[in-house]
Amino acid sequence: MNTHDVSNTASQFTRRDTLRQGLYGAGGMMLAPGLAASAFGAPDPADHKPAAKPAQKLPPMGKARSVIQIFLWGGMSHIDTWDPKPKAGREYMGEFMDLVKTRTDGLQFTSIFPELAKQSDKFSIIHSMTHGNNGHETAAYLMQTGHLPGGRLAYPSVGANFALFKWPQYEGLIPPYVVLTRAAGRFSEEGFLGPKYKPFATGGNPNASRFEVEGVVARGISDNRQNSRRKLLGELNTMEHLVAQQPTMKDSVDAREVAYELILGKGKEVFDLNMETKQTRDRYGRHTFGQECLAARRMVEAGVPYITINYPGGWDTHKNHFTTMNRQCPQLDQGLAALLEDLKQRGLLDTTIVWCSGEFGRGPKVDWQPPWNGGRNHYGKVFSVLVAGGGFKGGHIVGKSDEKATKVAERPVYPYDLLGSIYHLAGIDPTAKLPHPLGLDAHVLPTLSDKVKSGGLLTEIM
Amino acid sequence: MKTTLWLRVTGILLLAAAAVWAADSAKKPPKKAPAKAAPAESDQMQPMMDMQMMDQMQPAADQSAPKPAAVSKPADKPAQKKVASPKPAANPQAVPAISLYESSAAPRPTNELDKIIFARLAELKIQPKLCSDAVFCRRAYLDVIGTLPTMAEARAFLNDKSPDKRVKLIDQLMKRDEYAAYYAMKWGDILRIKAEFPVNLWPNAAQAYHRYVFASIRDNKPYDQFARELLTSSGSNFRVGPVNFYRAIQSKTPEGITAAVALTLMGSRTDSWPADRLKGTTAFFSQIGYKPTSEWKEECVFWDPLGAAQRAADVAPGHDKPTTVGQIVEDKDKNAGPATPPLNAMFPDGKKVTLSPNQDPREVFADWLINPKNPWFAKAAVNREWAWLMGRGIVDEPDDIRPDNPPSNPKLLACLEKQFVDSGYDLNHIRRMILTSTAYQFSSATTFKHPKAAENFAAYPLRRMEAEVLIDAINQITDTRDLYTSPIPEPFTYIPDDMRAIEIADGSITSTFLTLFGRSARATGMVDERAQKPVSAQWLHMLNSGHIQDKLNKSTKIRALYTSNQPPIALIDDVYLTILSRHPAPQEFDAAMEYGRFDALNKILSDGKKPKKERESAWVARREAWIDLCWALINTQEFMYRH
Repeated sequence: MNTHDVSNTASQFTRRDTLRQGLYGAGGMMLAPGLAASAFGAPDPADHKPAAKPAQKLPPMGKARSVIQIFLWGGMSHIDTWDPKPKAGREYMGEFMDLVKTRTDGLQFTSIFPELAKQSDKFSIIHSMTHGNNGHETAAYLMQTGHLPGGRLAYPSVGANFALFKWPQYEGLIPPYVVLTRAAGRFSEEGFLGPKYKPFATGGNPNASRFEVEGVVARGISDNRQNSRRKLLGELNTMEHLVAQQPTMKDSVDAREVAYELILGKGKEVFDLNMETKQTRDRYGRHTFGQECLAARRMVEAGVPYITINYPGGWDTHKNHFTTMNRQCPQLDQGLAALLEDLKQRGLLDTTIVWCSGEFGRGPKVDWQPPWNGGRNHYGKVFSVLVAGGGFKGGHIVGKSDEKATKVAERPVYPYDLLGSIYHLAGIDPTAKLPHPLGLDAHVLPTLSDKVKSGGLLTEIM
Repeated sequence: MKTTLWLRVTGILLLAAAAVWAADSAKKPPKKAPAKAAPAESDQMQPMMDMQMMDQMQPAADQSAPKPAAVSKPADKPAQKKVASPKPAANPQAVPAISLYESSAAPRPTNELDKIIFARLAELKIQPKLCSDAVFCRRAYLDVIGTLPTMAEARAFLNDKSPDKRVKLIDQLMKRDEYAAYYAMKWGDILRIKAEFPVNLWPNAAQAYHRYVFASIRDNKPYDQFARELLTSSGSNFRVGPVNFYRAIQSKTPEGITAAVALTLMGSRTDSWPADRLKGTTAFFSQIGYKPTSEWKEECVFWDPLGAAQRAADVAPGHDKPTTVGQIVEDKDKNAGPATPPLNAMFPDGKKVTLSPNQDPREVFADWLINPKNPWFAKAAVNREWAWLMGRGIVDEPDDIRPDNPPSNPKLLACLEKQFVDSGYDLNHIRRMILTSTAYQFSSATTFKHPKAAENFAAYPLRRMEAEVLIDAINQITDTRDLYTSPIPEPFTYIPDDMRAIEIADGSITSTFLTLFGRSARATGMVDERAQKPVSAQWLHMLNSGHIQDKLNKSTKIRALYTSNQPPIALIDDVYLTILSRHPAPQEFDAAMEYGRFDALNKILSDGKKPKKERESAWVARREAWIDLCWALINTQEFMYRH
């Protein structure tokens, strides 16, 4: 089911129009100097050379230091959650006919999001997210890279790009791109950047009595034993000592020493949720997702640039749709609301982008036919995304879906626009070259074309 | 003290080899004494159960306490020779580390490849060294069958006294089943055998494609035939394996297909081609049609000169629309068949050709490519084979053949090409020729400063084992298994748990370990898609993950060590042969003994008068010591790297 019927609601831009109006919006936003130079100036003389040291081409840092991405993989229904259409009737709305008012003018949620409704001054909701793609892998690729699937290159995801661009300034021991707790595995997220930029999947369960982060916090091995093992390894590593001067061996030893700093150093305390008060832990919710949000906040405090929470369980609700929603939405509501509130109270929300989205939404019309029996299927034509912090204003609604949430009615937002805005706020030039191992021409975001569309950066909430 | 110990090692080694490990040949883990008492192992220590077991084994432990009396048998000598140094050091307490890895014999050229390489190295005044028997054994197993030698295999090779044992080993290995499995894995990267994104072969087709590749390697199908089948086959992707060559391409356009053909069969990247040649070559691949059937994800690849696949009228009701890569058909009049004018095409060498509408252009291209005179075809194939075995191409990267990237040794490449063509494109012949050369036996332990040493193959380069080979080796050592599954795409895939990682057909099987250790994403088919650079997360996993820790804790093989009554001397030797495929050097043996305090612990454990508590903690300590020893050895680069 990999359809590519990208909807045609967006007006088509010429490249120049796009640069003037689309990419940086009618609002005439000020550009970071680095952005201006490479996006609008004369062609970069280095354009045709492999960018060996992308770090040196970095624009000044934006406001956002960290990103927490809550990935509702499988695709969460938009009509059941953040874009309800009560007038469309039960045929569309299904079980969740009751609504709750938020603190944002004109924004209502279904009543399974009471906590988030109270925090709506801290986030904005995009009601007109669209890419028209209904395949998990391809849609996830679009949402995570902004590039169209099917090209010759496999691009890195936004998190891997953060790892690439933020690593030079990042001094933490924890890898710069962390996934709680398992990688989605829809595609190789590091793309052609190589395994260094692969997300570090924590494994373990933060809701367990001890959050056993794979490779960092070992089961049943004391620091003492850890140290004596290390000494034994040093004694038995005959070949290492013999060929220590060979570059291959040096690389290997360097990587091992970094690992040991994390295993034996203080770095692992970030994952020790027992250092939080009971009250805090309860506020986030004593379930995996809630504690993942708490772990994410602790990583933000440690300066980790990009943290993805892959929603445990997923949202691919073809069947058992309403049962699953009834079970998962309250947890999403509690964890996410607590996260936003906590980040705000700690003064971290200004420098931390939180975005929450699936790879697509779900069919606005309930499918009552067997075998779905009240399920909802993949839907990429229009869906909702929550964005907060790091320079995104709260309390706004971006765009609009039609009266039955079947298509974009106003102001389409494409993956290009969402990711472009995130990159911008974090000070990453979306036109920057990526270091392709063969020196091929590859950039953070694609060039706009008749297939890669844009409705403009989210300037209205930036 | 140390001298006694060293003598003891050699003495007991022989005993051990003779008495206990005769069971080796049956390829089974060593029998442990109290097998009947072995309860199911769990993560947590269960002192009660283990204490019981300890009591049961106590008498035996008494009998088999190390006896220095076993030391000075005359028959010890040969065993000692095999242990470490061919040239017994003046001080037997420590052997120079280099002697573990290098033979003192001077390398001599044996075949034509050697003559060329030796001549070049002589010009550069580089004197290569020969690897030791133990290193060769391990290297050959890993390179030919992607599999670590077992303890028994390593021991048998070391004990073999025939002068041609290295050649014999290569011939044996090339007959094993794992040989085809391992090479199919390598080809799977090149041919992008993957069910999922981004090439999206889908599961059934990935299996059919892999099966085809596997059988071709197993049967040593001539490479010209293999290439022609990849290029010209038509039919169902489920039934005709090679048609998937045209499906395992992200960008199914004439340009995308040309790029894949060039990369795979010509070792060339179209990015560097002149525009007219690239455009001219795409014509050969502009009439490939893909037609769905009523079977889920089945698709027929066929020559579609009329663009039939693009006409709505030709689509059965309820079926997906077929596609053709080229945009040759103007769909102006749906009823009139489109006219196909003769196509003007150009071969990558610049030769022009007009394609007749009566001939499948893929055939025309194959005829041009598969020709002894073709400047790319044989060269790319032998260069890739060489790179796989020798760690780098004669043209390097091996998929980047172009005029401004010349071979480091043109004579060597020419020699391989000629051998390949003359043998009727026999890949086994080429591999055997490389594997039985002296150059393949060069040591990796000597580092040459000469800037041209590496490109002239003066030393075998250190390379980390591929992800699949590494996890298979760990599983073999610990006698544990990994379960491979894939939740996407549907239907879910479950791999039988006795299947090894090198045998997995589909590159999209979900596995944290395989991804972490750089398994190829199989998206582009480029050689460097397999990521071999070390990253610290890999070390976190090896040093400290539950995944590896569980294997060590639950391993019945390691359990056999810490429940064994054998003297630790023999057991340490076994551990070394199992993990590093060699005997320990005396200094390593000392370090292991000191760490494990095996003598002291065994004494406590065999003394029934000791308080239960003391014996209990001795039991735990001994268990942990053996686990730690195995942990340390699998965390040496000597284990993780080919060398």
